[in-house]
Amino acid sequence: MTDFLRVAWIVMRKDLTVEMRSREIVYTTVFFAASCVLVFAFALVREGRPLEDAAAGILWIAIAFAGTLGLGRTFERERHTETLRALMLAPSDRPAIYVGKLLGMLALLAVVEAVLVPLVGIMFHASFLASPLLMLALLVTGTIGFASVGTLFAAMLVRARSRDVLLPVLLYPITIPVIIAGVRGTAALLQATPDEPMARFWVSLLVFFDVVFVTLSLWTFEPLMTES
Amino acid sequence: MSFDFDRLVVDDVSRHFGRRKALNRVSLSCTAGEIVGLLGPNGAGKSTLLSILSTLVAPSTGQVRYGDRTAQQAGPALRARLGLLGHDLYLYPELTARENLQFFARLFGLPQASNLVDDALTHANLADRADDVVSGFSRGMRQRLALERALLHQPRLLLLDEPFTGLDDGSGQALVARLKGLRDRGCIVIVATHDLDLAEGLLDRLAVLRDGRLLPVAASSASLRDRYRDTIQAAAAGASTCRGRHGQGGAS
Repeated sequence: MTDFLRVAWIVMRKDLTVEMRSREIVYTTVFFAASCVLVFAFALVREGRPLEDAAAGILWIAIAFAGTLGLGRTFERERHTETLRALMLAPSDRPAIYVGKLLGMLALLAVVEAVLVPLVGIMFHASFLASPLLMLALLVTGTIGFASVGTLFAAMLVRARSRDVLLPVLLYPITIPVIIAGVRGTAALLQATPDEPMARFWVSLLVFFDVVFVTLSLWTFEPLMTES
Repeated sequence: MSFDFDRLVVDDVSRHFGRRKALNRVSLSCTAGEIVGLLGPNGAGKSTLLSILSTLVAPSTGQVRYGDRTAQQAGPALRARLGLLGHDLYLYPELTARENLQFFARLFGLPQASNLVDDALTHANLADRADDVVSGFSRGMRQRLALERALLHQPRLLLLDEPFTGLDDGSGQALVARLKGLRDRGCIVIVATHDLDLAEGLLDRLAVLRDGRLLPVAASSASLRDRYRDTIQAAAAGASTCRGRHGQGGAS
């Protein structure tokens, strides 16, 4: 177990170092996510008044779109240099590589969300700080659910010719429950009187999705990545 | 967790990609302290065989045994004894030469990683460029660094796909000397190459692949180039005779 976590940590640290050098993925995903929010704001905010309940949906759509872009770019980088093969040659359990990539992706999405949440809050007059801990729990569990499946699919599709098209086509149908839970939970917290019991219910559902998705990904990563 | 072996056996291995047969019933064995040359025209199946030996690709049929175990039986510990230098160099262009080697040393859990990295940089003749990012290196410099990356953990089985690509004469000769040194220390080295001049005098044994099949190589004292040419020509003549027979059979 120690070796597993050590390898996951090393892979995540390497991904973050590479990203710190190039800043390519973080800039493009943040810019893309912010653009999404601005486009929705132009469409859904009239005379300074946003459409009711729009904020929750727009926040999660922007997270999903930016996450898909980031996932594609992260693995494109490994594909371009074929370094994913070198990672697979490490003498450790191969799912540790998956966990390392997942942690790197979560760190990237945390940066995106740190920009997105205040932006959506300002553009759509949404008070995300009404129940800050529950909001944080929704963001963390929802992001883990989305990124866990996304990381597996992005790794799996790294050699596919149409990977850019296939990733969202495969990813969105499977992560729809996560997005719905995220939207409903966030909407519950954005009401005039935050519905905390309802938000807790959606958080528990997201935790359940996370456990299922992460377990399935850990289980299937090695056979999917060995070219059989 | 530790695992070692002194014999590699490829037993009747085939590999299909869809309907295309990349390898067709290949059998080969190598022992510790041997350099085997894997020659063949483009698309013969050399890289596929190396990928199978490195456990990155599973054979469609047949098996590879490392000592008395298959890759599945040996598990991750086997990969600690395998070194692969692919046609792609498996280096991160955004990282420096030192960071690349440090990353792989840590990934392999090597003790005293810093000393190993310093030694590797010296071997690669890149000590003065250790803190430069790899994207600024020439192909030859990257090739030397990638070789050291593959050797960091002192593998028992070293798989090299076109290791002489981009190397100048001096670096090529240094690589030949390095590989001979590894052989003397009991490493099994399998080299897929088209550079027959540099490989001359390096290889202990020759394996020639053509259309996914391993061809019989006649024992001879002729030069490597001549032996390779004769093997390919004999196979081509055999194939055309075979086609001729089939053609006659079809016509009659």
